Amino acid sequence: MEPVKVSKQSGTQVSVNLPKKKKKLNGDRLLAIAFLTPSIILAAIFIYGFIGWTGYVSLSKWNSLVPDFSFAGLKNYLFLFQDYRFQADIRNTIVFTVLFIGFVLIVGLFLAILLDQKLRGESLFRNIFFFPMAISFVVTGVAWQWLLNPSTGVNLFLKKFGLDSKWYTDITIIGGFHLGKIEFGIPVALLAVIIAAVWQMTGFSVAMYLAGLRGIPEELKEAARIDGASEFQVYRKVVIPMLAPITVSVVIIMAHISLKIFDLIYAMTGPGANFVTDVPGVYMFETTFRGNYYANGAAIAIIMLLSVAIFIIPYLIISRRGEK
Amino acid sequence: MAAKSLVKPILYLVLIGLSLFYLMPIYVMFITSLKPLDQVTLADMWKLPTQIDFSSYVKAFTKLAPNFLNSIYLVVPATLISALLGALNGYVLSKWRFKGSEVIFTAILFGMFIPYQSILIPLIQFLREIGLYNSIPGLILVHVVYGLPITTLMFRNFYASIPESMIESAQMDGAGFLRIFYYIMIPLSVTGFVVVAIWQFTNIWNEFLFAVTITTSDQQPVMVALQNLSGSQIVQWNVQMAGALIAALPTLLVYIFLGKYFVRGLLAGSVKG
Repeated sequence: MEPVKVSKQSGTQVSVNLPKKKKKLNGDRLLAIAFLTPSIILAAIFIYGFIGWTGYVSLSKWNSLVPDFSFAGLKNYLFLFQDYRFQADIRNTIVFTVLFIGFVLIVGLFLAILLDQKLRGESLFRNIFFFPMAISFVVTGVAWQWLLNPSTGVNLFLKKFGLDSKWYTDITIIGGFHLGKIEFGIPVALLAVIIAAVWQMTGFSVAMYLAGLRGIPEELKEAARIDGASEFQVYRKVVIPMLAPITVSVVIIMAHISLKIFDLIYAMTGPGANFVTDVPGVYMFETTFRGNYYANGAAIAIIMLLSVAIFIIPYLIISRRGEK
Repeated sequence: MAAKSLVKPILYLVLIGLSLFYLMPIYVMFITSLKPLDQVTLADMWKLPTQIDFSSYVKAFTKLAPNFLNSIYLVVPATLISALLGALNGYVLSKWRFKGSEVIFTAILFGMFIPYQSILIPLIQFLREIGLYNSIPGLILVHVVYGLPITTLMFRNFYASIPESMIESAQMDGAGFLRIFYYIMIPLSVTGFVVVAIWQFTNIWNEFLFAVTITTSDQQPVMVALQNLSGSQIVQWNVQMAGALIAALPTLLVYIFLGKYFVRGLLAGSVKG
């Protein structure tokens, strides 16, 4: 790296220095671009190049240990959409995403509002709700596998109320009806995974909502109170609508986590009997790296990517634009 | 007024109840890990151990120790390199914008959201090609590259708050690109480095997908070893819980002592910053 010379001249000679400085500025600008270039190249190869390559593999016949790049068209995709396991994955992803995001939003907002009431020990409570965020999904999976063990744990309490859930070993589908090859509905076993995921991720929505709540001027709430609004109405009519942009962010962030989820489910339940807790992330991993169906795995990965890209790309463009 | 005075106790009650729910897994993990195997029965799950037994920690530690070390060898360099690269990128993208730099930034950011499954097959082929498959340096490279979007984003937002006039006056004094970075930006972004480092440390330590696909047996980080622990034939829950606590300890400690910065990182990840 070339050493940067420091001019000792003081500001009085600005006019003399000007042409020189312009030149130097250009040099610095080039230097700036030069320093950014490695990252641009890395991103170009490791993000876009590799996505392209995965797309290429997904259209190939490489479904064994030996790479075979001959063109198979959409065969792998057609196979997946007719596949019992992948259909179950789609069902599970939809159910998981909707319930997971729903609970994270509701519980998060509820906790944030509670924490915003200027109570003593607020920071202690906050820390208790945030700490699961610092834990690995694998650890969460191991812990909740034990907690929700059908013959133990939480069930010892529930049994007293006459409830006896088989949790993640249950193969019941609530509200099931036939769709394609599968029974569409809410798999009971998936609820166990959702509880664990919500436990881990609500900290995020609490933090986001709390930051939002702190940004709402007290006068606004006060004004509503003076107008005769009850505390409940103040929140419903004034505060919560103002939190809408935060809700959008939380939904987007949680949705992309949920659509690519792998480790929690892999550590906690695996695919489950009848694939009641299987998700594309787990299927992709098993079929590619355990079964050597590379082309099928690549097709699953591309479908996962598209499902995320559909809303991440607009979100990125809109929020980047809003910044300027 | 009578109703009002009841509100606070109810709020506390609700908060305490929910706190207990959030702490429950840690409580159960902890007491289970301290029990001898014959006390780890399903019926006694919630009871405190009658005597404290550290043997599950010894067992878990013997099994996890090499992988724990692997995680340290992985996470320290990966965190440092990705933080430094992120700082440089953030500096360029906030203070040396050029035509197209915003597009480049958005294009890099996209990498933060992709499911890593969609790059995994070529990534492994590539790592095999350059001889870094199944190695800690390979994992370091992977975490540095895929950490770039988030570290760049965090630093860019951080540097955006440093006034332009500061850069201009440094330029007046003849300081150039690197000098401004070294003498102005870095000293002003110590907090930024702490936030980013904690974020990367936690994420890389906890990461599983890359770890399980890129490394095998003795090169594996601790999370994969923990997962393997539960995959063995006889499930010794006490050993598993001890193992889970050991594996979670570094990030938990970071959270306990530097939680404020962790939460800042959390919020910075939501793009708008």
